[in-house]
Amino acid sequence: MATASLKRTPLYDAHLAAGARLVPFAGWEMPVQYEGLGPEHLAVRTSCGVFDVSHMGEVETSGREAEALLQRLLSNDVSKLEVGGAQYSVLCQDDGGILDDLFTYRLADDRYLTVTNAANHGRDYEWFAAHAGDFDADVRDAIDDYAMLAVQGPKARAIVARVAEGELPPRMHTARLPLAGAEALVCGTGYTGEDGVELLLGPRDAASAWEALIASGATPAGLGARDTLRLEVCFHLYGNDMDEHRNPIEAGLGWCCREETGFIGSEAVAAAREGGTEQQLAPFMLTGPGIPRPGNVVVADGRDVGAVTSGTMSPSLKRGIGMAYVPVELAEPGAEVEIDVRGKRRPARIESKPLYRKES
Amino acid sequence: MAEESYPDGLRYHAEHDWARVEDAEATFGITWYAQDALGEVVFYEPPDVGSEVSKGQAYAEVESVKAVSDVYAPLSGEIVAVNEGVGERPELINEDPYGEGWLVRIKLSDPAESDELMDAAAYRKLLEDS
Repeated sequence: MATASLKRTPLYDAHLAAGARLVPFAGWEMPVQYEGLGPEHLAVRTSCGVFDVSHMGEVETSGREAEALLQRLLSNDVSKLEVGGAQYSVLCQDDGGILDDLFTYRLADDRYLTVTNAANHGRDYEWFAAHAGDFDADVRDAIDDYAMLAVQGPKARAIVARVAEGELPPRMHTARLPLAGAEALVCGTGYTGEDGVELLLGPRDAASAWEALIASGATPAGLGARDTLRLEVCFHLYGNDMDEHRNPIEAGLGWCCREETGFIGSEAVAAAREGGTEQQLAPFMLTGPGIPRPGNVVVADGRDVGAVTSGTMSPSLKRGIGMAYVPVELAEPGAEVEIDVRGKRRPARIESKPLYRKES
Repeated sequence: MAEESYPDGLRYHAEHDWARVEDAEATFGITWYAQDALGEVVFYEPPDVGSEVSKGQAYAEVESVKAVSDVYAPLSGEIVAVNEGVGERPELINEDPYGEGWLVRIKLSDPAESDELMDAAAYRKLLEDS
């Protein structure tokens, strides 16, 4: 892909100044690392990292029947989402295949903001808009209204509190607060398994917030560390761990599906929950050397039984870890399999989620 | 990480591998540029002593968290020693790519091959032009 066609976030110059290595990602030129993936990963696990995730998209749904529209589209029970609350869900097609996984924030009685994955944003927005006609609701592509920063780690809240005025929202809640001279929607959500917040703010306000967070002790962290952090705690990556050919039950996302709400795909999801699926997404860890990679074949009793969807070397565990679709009977913690890593069979064990647990 | 350098006295292959030729033997490793492009190396499995390597052919893999990269033999011969230390501490490839981060030692089958490799000045020029 030609660099000229890639989109840049408002923090592009700040990334260059911080020595970032920039790579194409879902149509954007994004920082994959600054000082190094290992130190950035460790900063988030032990202190605080700040990620530019402005490539993520936003869709705003408003109007008298905004809730009813979202209840039709999103897998979770949107009626349970209170003003100032956050909710995770998947977007399904009729056959239950997953179109995206999403966080939705309820901004007001009749106004919601849904955060999309960069690669899916256009399709998600079209899907929302195509179904809005049946409801008294408006759907607006809000991607140009927001930059997004994720501030994550055990010290993230203390660091954000230094640059924000007012009390930070608890987990799975939001608050609109003055922050570094502007206003931000502060959300108690994240993708690292650590405490912290995500900040939605105007594109012109992003650079001053970024600088203020770093001045207060946050370490710039890239998409490389974001991926290793999320995989250690078994958070899904759309396009790797699920796509339109997988339903939420086999992907292990049944917990965010409330079929009784009648969302698009709910009948297929109910059938999968009731009847079971052939395969199940399962986390695993190599018991010896090697690094599993997406596409590696999973072998059990000498037969190919599945495929790795995400794999890496865990910086925290110093082991090869990953997730793979395997037959349900193998998707049990303790089951022994092998991962074919470029011709070498690497012994692995199916584990329970999360692969990495914080020491208490 | 080490500072960028391409020591004089080494011979360089265009796939960003170096050879330190001493009579009929040579030590191989990857260049500063190669380790920098790869990022922090987190896995390296030394090849077997006694196996044959051929000039321009991959003889091992180094992995960062993000990527796998083949390591190419700049010269042909038989592996007479491997750096087990790098298997245990792969970050040595980043910290000291021309010293403690060496990968294998080779008994050369055709020492004249080293005339086809670049010297440090030619390799630096290759990097500047790419």
